[in-house]
Amino acid sequence: MDSQEPVPVEQVGSVGPVGSAGSVGQVGSAGQVRSALGGSAPPRRAGPSRRGSPQRLGDRLFRGTSRTSAVLLVTLLVAIALFLLDKAIPAISQDSRNFLLNRTWFPDESPPVFGIAALVYGTLVSSVLASVLAVPVAVGVALALTQYIPRRLAGPVGFLVDLLAAIPSVVYGLWGLIYLVPAMVPLSRWLSDYFGWIPIFASDGVFGKSIFTASVVLAIMILPIIAAITREVLDKVPQDHKEAAIALGATRWEMIRTAVLPYGRPGIIGALVLGFGRALGETIAVALVLSANYEITARILSPAGNTIAANIANTFGDAGTTGRGALIASGLVLFAITLVVNLAARAVIRRRSEFRAAAG
Amino acid sequence: MAPASALVVMLALAGCGTDNNAGASDGASSTARPTDVACGSGSLTASGSTAQANAMSEWTKDYQRFCTEARLNYGGGGSGKGVTDFTNGVTDFAGSDFPLTAEQKSQADARCGAGNQAIDLPMVAGPIAVGYNLPGVDSLNLSADTIANIFASKITKWNDPAISRDNPGVKLPSLGIQSFHRSDGSGTTFNFTNYLENDAGSAWTFGHGKSWAAPGGQGSKGTAGVAQGVKSTPGAIGYMELSYATENAISHAKVGNSQGQFVELTEANVRNFLSKATVAGSGDDLVLRFDYANTDPAAYPNVLVTYEIVCQKGNDPDRAALLKGFFGYLAGSGQDVLAQNGYVSLPDELRQKVQAAVEKIG
Repeated sequence: MDSQEPVPVEQVGSVGPVGSAGSVGQVGSAGQVRSALGGSAPPRRAGPSRRGSPQRLGDRLFRGTSRTSAVLLVTLLVAIALFLLDKAIPAISQDSRNFLLNRTWFPDESPPVFGIAALVYGTLVSSVLASVLAVPVAVGVALALTQYIPRRLAGPVGFLVDLLAAIPSVVYGLWGLIYLVPAMVPLSRWLSDYFGWIPIFASDGVFGKSIFTASVVLAIMILPIIAAITREVLDKVPQDHKEAAIALGATRWEMIRTAVLPYGRPGIIGALVLGFGRALGETIAVALVLSANYEITARILSPAGNTIAANIANTFGDAGTTGRGALIASGLVLFAITLVVNLAARAVIRRRSEFRAAAG
Repeated sequence: MAPASALVVMLALAGCGTDNNAGASDGASSTARPTDVACGSGSLTASGSTAQANAMSEWTKDYQRFCTEARLNYGGGGSGKGVTDFTNGVTDFAGSDFPLTAEQKSQADARCGAGNQAIDLPMVAGPIAVGYNLPGVDSLNLSADTIANIFASKITKWNDPAISRDNPGVKLPSLGIQSFHRSDGSGTTFNFTNYLENDAGSAWTFGHGKSWAAPGGQGSKGTAGVAQGVKSTPGAIGYMELSYATENAISHAKVGNSQGQFVELTEANVRNFLSKATVAGSGDDLVLRFDYANTDPAAYPNVLVTYEIVCQKGNDPDRAALLKGFFGYLAGSGQDVLAQNGYVSLPDELRQKVQAAVEKIG
């Protein structure tokens, strides 16, 4: 896990591809890839190896290997992207409706009819809902572990939280299907009875498998990631800041609000993005819990909705040639969504860090 | 996925149990090689339909016991994967819930080599049960129209006049109906909607296909998911292979045929319906067409048939003997072990056609 300090370094706004620290691990590696790509002749770093007149064999070998790895990675990525496009484009061109706007999925009929609209909607709604449910709990857990619970206890409890992340997603799915779906029926009915006047809680009386239930499963799945990263970040808050706040007469909560949370904010956003990304791509748990169909409805309690990943899991086995192409095309859309989310998050983190750098 | 495989394990264990408990005479016959089984050596791989996976696991286990030189491996993955793998030459045969389409047929023929053809052989047949969870109601009649309207979300209460009309004298609760269908593509959905399309007439407007097309209801992944949903939800109804209904103690309805008569799900009634099917393919390509319009009150019309897809000629010479031997077992005495897994053996006339086609495998 990337545990760089979320303190902005001087290089903010410099040519460096990565805006600031405190962002997620992927970002760092992406930056390295980019510099490997752009720098066809990277400036040689002045280092101990240059001082000795001939370069040692080990150095040359190491440099060669690492360069090859970088090039290989990029080649692989490009090859995969080309393969996906190659499979997706014929399917999309056979689609007799608008791929982006249609809400059905019959790619193996003739003529093929399929569209991504309901899948994108379901993916985003379930992931957003899961993040909304998970973030407060995760931040709470992280605060408790770093600020409230004695260190002796924090270790084991933190370990248990991490253990949640190690449970395979199919186990979450089975648990969701067998335990949570029936258990959510009374809660869903209660929400619908008393808050049915709010459109999202309206229902026609069928409960159980719904976007709401799927979001709860997803929330539990992404909770440990968000909690673990947030804990790492909050652990790094300089003791001086906290002591200064307390010296100024702050209560513990005021100290957290004025010293801990602002310091950790970019890191928490990074954690949220990682969790959101996992929710976007989660497959089997959602496929088991969701009542997959291709409707777009604001009613989160009704048995409707599907996600891109769950749809791939559900229909890949029986898909024909066009069906596979269509699923691959939907995967490309998911890829694009993840990309946009990551970029947006990086922009947010960068702005916040700059602000803090200026303020500090 | 996982619940399905868990059930497979359970069924396989149950199968062992019955073998062991059946007494000396039966036990002897199950370990001794039946006279009609020809052995081959080498290994075969196949993939495809999960609907026949239980039958295949029983068959491969038995055949490898009879013929210790043979190695058989049937991976599931769904019919689409089975056909793709077979066409790409990855596997020796495919299990599929649907016969090859014209486009797939030409690709599969090409895989078998110039002048050879790939054939569909119906090998596993079984009834689809319409299971329901209605406390206090042990016996239920549902006409095809009523089933269609329930699954199209037009009938939403169990005491709807249409259901009462099907069940004179039965006290039906005023409970909401929760229908469960498959959320993944499946041959069960394909055959169930085919039945509705043919026997419910204008009440079913969604055609037939492997993906569920009607609005409403709850989708569940795999037959295990549907069975789980029906079992845990009072007022639920869902369609599933019989073995899952039996396994989960889910009651199933007598379903209406094209004449509105209610037919009980029994082995005899299912075989009777299967025996009325006609062969639609040419030559040894035994694609079945069910006779949904028949008027026989002892023919259960809601059935599933799954195929093996194989090259009739042009197989790898090393494997041809094994392929022929294994398929001969499937179409021969292998049919007799099907009943314990909730399937039904093929009617005699069809079985002979399949055996004749298997004879020509080379």
